[in-house]
Amino acid sequence: MEELIERSAADIAAEVRAGRVSASHVTEATLAHVDSVEPVVGSYLTVLSDLARTHAARVDDRIRKGELLPLAGVPIAVKDNMCLDGTRTTCGSKILENWVAPYTATAVARLLDAGAVPIGKANCDEFAMGSSCENSALGTTRNPYDLSRVPGGSSGGSAAAVAAGEAAIGLGSDTGGSIREPGAFCNLIGFKPTYGRVSRYGLIAFASSLDQIGPLARSVEDAALAYDAMAGYDAMDATSIDRPVEPTATSLREDLRGLRIGIVREFDTKVLGEDLDRLYHAAYLDLERLGAELVEVSLPSADYGLATYYLIAPAECSSNLARFDGVRYGLRIDGNDVREMYDNTRAAGFGAEVKRRILIGTYALSSGYYDAYYVRAQKARTLIARDFQNAFAACDLVACPAASCPAFEFAAKSDPYSMYLMDYYTIPMSLAGLPALSVPCGWTTPQGGRVRMPIGLQLCAPLFGEKLLLGAAHAYEQATKHARARKPVTLEVNA
Amino acid sequence: MPTDTIDIRYVAKLAQIALTDEEIERFGKQLGELLGHVHALTELEIESVPATAQVVESRNVMREDRLGPSLDRERVLAQAPQRQGPFFRVPRIIAE
Repeated sequence: MEELIERSAADIAAEVRAGRVSASHVTEATLAHVDSVEPVVGSYLTVLSDLARTHAARVDDRIRKGELLPLAGVPIAVKDNMCLDGTRTTCGSKILENWVAPYTATAVARLLDAGAVPIGKANCDEFAMGSSCENSALGTTRNPYDLSRVPGGSSGGSAAAVAAGEAAIGLGSDTGGSIREPGAFCNLIGFKPTYGRVSRYGLIAFASSLDQIGPLARSVEDAALAYDAMAGYDAMDATSIDRPVEPTATSLREDLRGLRIGIVREFDTKVLGEDLDRLYHAAYLDLERLGAELVEVSLPSADYGLATYYLIAPAECSSNLARFDGVRYGLRIDGNDVREMYDNTRAAGFGAEVKRRILIGTYALSSGYYDAYYVRAQKARTLIARDFQNAFAACDLVACPAASCPAFEFAAKSDPYSMYLMDYYTIPMSLAGLPALSVPCGWTTPQGGRVRMPIGLQLCAPLFGEKLLLGAAHAYEQATKHARARKPVTLEVNA
Repeated sequence: MPTDTIDIRYVAKLAQIALTDEEIERFGKQLGELLGHVHALTELEIESVPATAQVVESRNVMREDRLGPSLDRERVLAQAPQRQGPFFRVPRIIAE
């Protein structure tokens, strides 16, 4: 049983397709493991035992009928900002604590169609705003590699679930780094596709010009399988891109010959300390050893990414979250009139970080400040996107850190801006809409830490370059196998 | 870029969030600090740069105006904090 929960999604699907193990068996093994580790990890806000069993039985039935399901019996964790019909969908917020989704998000539906089994709804920072999962109003999620540390965020529950063997694939959403950073913190592949490549129908919106759904997985191949099942146009999402999807799982590379990989001049890793500097340089040299030519590229405006993002994302969030007003769904706190009811509901329903972002966004969009803040940020965004266009004239992929440190301890980033800095390396790609992923690239013992923690290398491709991106990440992963250096402490719980 | 301190009470009113005195003080300070960081954008020469709202493709999305299936009304209304028959019920909006 323990072996099953450590298997890759690709392996599980192959076994289930071949009839050597049933989806129901995989599901039971996973649910039993969830039972044993959830008390210490806390990945899920809702475990969907009955629904998982129903789906598993349906998958087994489809397999018997000869269907070739690419994700047959693969247990998945769904971030709790994505709708799954009939399940509680909270966004980690009190305002939606008891809301039950009346429909299923397209990305989730496509994974289920491909044979995946939903194990649970995973914890996240409230409305996906945060980098540690600590902003969830509904639960604490711990890093499976050191329970005194955060799993990253905002897709921290999905990441922890996959790292701890509570699912083989996690669905996350990434607005400024919310898949890539928890991927790096939890020794996983965290992959954000091109903006618009995966439908967001049924993803509860945070910042609509940035939000993108993607997978967290223990291998590049698994991330590719999930992406292949999810990607593509959806009439229900007007921002989803109507152009053919290139399959990625069948195009994984074994080397990097013929590729030029850009190392960003402005991202000098010396500032990250001696150990990380050494590890990232070693990672770049490994890329070279695999046949890539390293070239220096410049992203002169990337340093303005954080300032740009912290105007654009809050502005969009203030608009998107206006819908939570106590009228149609979720929490309502009464008042003497309707305005007081709105004010009270939102005061009681939203946590501090969500309030801060709504306030900053409201301010940035308010009369007299709109041009100075919001429009200026949108212009800076153009410069950042142009930087990448220029860089990609000289290289095929860009490589840089995924985060500036490994997973930190709880309450270590109590100042909001220090938490925002966690997204320094991931935000520029988000602003430019580019596909990017984090792949494990080494281990470091944090200051004061007891055990080694994983760090991630970020790779980024031009728009719609998913095939190249995943292909190259696979070559790097297979040649280095950094992820295998340590097992999560949760696999020792059973031992 | 404006350097005014935020009138946090006014912004909270626009945002429809009741804040406690403690929150007004704390958020006011934190947002002031964030705006200080955001001020870095004034270093950029961007007057002539076009604004980017959406990165990948700019196009209008049109579709035929056709009836299709929609969510079940009962299921949706069942989640309303307060309802009256087929309606969402809200506190009085127009004064007597």
